[in-house]
Amino acid sequence: MKIVIPVDEKKPESSVCVSFGRAPYFMLHDTEGKTTEYIANTAAEAQGGAGLKAAQLIVDCGANVLLAPRCGQNAADVLNAAQIKIHKAEGLRTAENLAAFQEGKLTLMTQFQAGFHGRQ
Amino acid sequence: MKKLLILSGKGGTGKTTVAAAFIDFLNAEAFADCDVDAPNLHLVAGMNTLPERWDYFGSQKAFIDPPKCVGCGACLDNCRFDAIVLRDGICEVDEYACEGCGVCEYVCPQSAVTMSDDVAGEQMLYKDSRVFSTAKLKMGRGNSGKLVTGVKKALISAAPDSELAVIDGSPGVGCPVIASVSGVNLVLIVAEPSLSGIHDMERILKTAVILMAKVAVCVNKYDVCMERWRTSKDIAEKRACPL
Amino acid sequence: MKLAVLSGKGGTGKTFVSVNLAAAAGSATYIDCDVEEPNGRLFLKPERLTSKTVTTKQPAFDAEKCTGCRKCVDFCRFNALVYVKAKPMLFSEVCHSCGGCRLLCPSGAISETEKPVGVVECGESGGVRVVTGCMDLGEASGIPIIKAALAEASNADELTVIDCPPGSACSVMESVQSADYCLLVAESTAFGLHNFKMVYELVRLLHKPCGVVINKADGEYIALDIFCREHGIPVLCCIPYSEKLAWLGASGQIAALADSKYAKLFHSLLDDIRKEACV
Repeated sequence: MKIVIPVDEKKPESSVCVSFGRAPYFMLHDTEGKTTEYIANTAAEAQGGAGLKAAQLIVDCGANVLLAPRCGQNAADVLNAAQIKIHKAEGLRTAENLAAFQEGKLTLMTQFQAGFHGRQ
Repeated sequence: MKKLLILSGKGGTGKTTVAAAFIDFLNAEAFADCDVDAPNLHLVAGMNTLPERWDYFGSQKAFIDPPKCVGCGACLDNCRFDAIVLRDGICEVDEYACEGCGVCEYVCPQSAVTMSDDVAGEQMLYKDSRVFSTAKLKMGRGNSGKLVTGVKKALISAAPDSELAVIDGSPGVGCPVIASVSGVNLVLIVAEPSLSGIHDMERILKTAVILMAKVAVCVNKYDVCMERWRTSKDIAEKRACPL
Repeated sequence: MKLAVLSGKGGTGKTFVSVNLAAAAGSATYIDCDVEEPNGRLFLKPERLTSKTVTTKQPAFDAEKCTGCRKCVDFCRFNALVYVKAKPMLFSEVCHSCGGCRLLCPSGAISETEKPVGVVECGESGGVRVVTGCMDLGEASGIPIIKAALAEASNADELTVIDCPPGSACSVMESVQSADYCLLVAESTAFGLHNFKMVYELVRLLHKPCGVVINKADGEYIALDIFCREHGIPVLCCIPYSEKLAWLGASGQIAALADSKYAKLFHSLLDDIRKEACV
């Protein structure tokens, strides 16, 4: 299973990034091969639609699960269409979130914020 | 760092006045102006040093290289934003109308068009005993959350130990407002008791609630129209927002 | 004459001045280009309303022709297209309707549909034809609605008052493009002067003749007057701050119709504008 977490830096001690669309990097952890790699988030510099571009990156890297503190509605729509599950990260430590997820302790994310063009 | 954001919906209700007053009363060490289209807070912030300045790059814009252009008008015909004019046999891009879509670059048979970085504004960071982060968007540029996010980020990096930051927001309900709300602890809506003011207050209240922000309301110039002052009270009550 | 009323700073009184000028003229067209927050109709209360939907083009995908090359996704600079489970997905709020994806699809799999983005509502208020542009909440740009609203301007010699959005962004520029004369409404405060300078720069960039109305004047802050004098900008009128005016506005009334003092003021302002614009 491939798990993705938005992070502030390209290292294992990095904190989880509170933003999804504009996180500097995504950490991709493969639970089977026990490997971890970092993907630069090219969406961070986007003028608009950052969440969408970031979601495309996640889809393209073959992720199965996203662990994040928050996520926008647009990105959520993309991930849902790709059948990638979104769980709410707790606290800002990546290792703890990975462990908590694998123990089934992280809940599915149910509330998403409206994008730039939030409809009411 | 706890963050207090001041919004309004309608322009001219008194956001910057309230923000400046709070900054003074709270002896706030960190504050920011996120109204990047028309920033005002620096006029009353009383900073004594010169700020650090750096360019803000928005979306790229089209640039037509005159020697390569043969004036065929393919770009003009395909531009949906009326951003290209034919002048003296050469096509030119209107930087204010250009939305940076890249269609002209794609259709040009002479490869005369390139999409280039465009300086869309400037960020400024003042640091003396206090930290003040602000920015100014260039005229006619698309207002986006990206610059607002940049202003907040600069504030947080420059004052990581500050307990409280006061953020002066922008009018409206669009992207810059939404970007300013993200991650704040309390949104204070400064409303005014007029027909237009109430109408716009409802829209910004709705927006803030959708963004799951904690909201409180303050009515400025409340005695201009007592009837509308009572209406604004009712609206705040209906949404369980402290007034 | 097409008269654009703008301000730079919010809350200075653009709508107040626009609505009153239209009402004082007796017979005029009033166009509200502040399509995000159109307020003029709250005062003019137009009747016999008709409404036209404003649309922009959006891509539509033919799944059978799509080969999954992703050229459309890679091209879109607004990130409005995403490729998931072997098909492109459109996020219409972010789409700027540039038409690029349709142009470059190698298999002709992209056609266009019309998407509503707002309305232009027309009505009558006494002798004033009221045109209101109203953008649907959440849309990317008000410009298509502004263009549609301005298309309702009368061609005749009759007065058209264009109530512009605040600020100096692209929507303001669009509203001012066709104006013969620009009336800048300013308030005599430090904030007012600061934002006034920005909108003055915009008006000069577009080579529009302009004049100033100082609203809520109390004679105390003179830097604005000095700036106007130094730059040769005619100050056509100074409307003093008045609680009565504030109350009239707050309760949705038109001062020029409610009080003869203001009827006179706005008639006189209209004459001065016509003289300045040589119309």
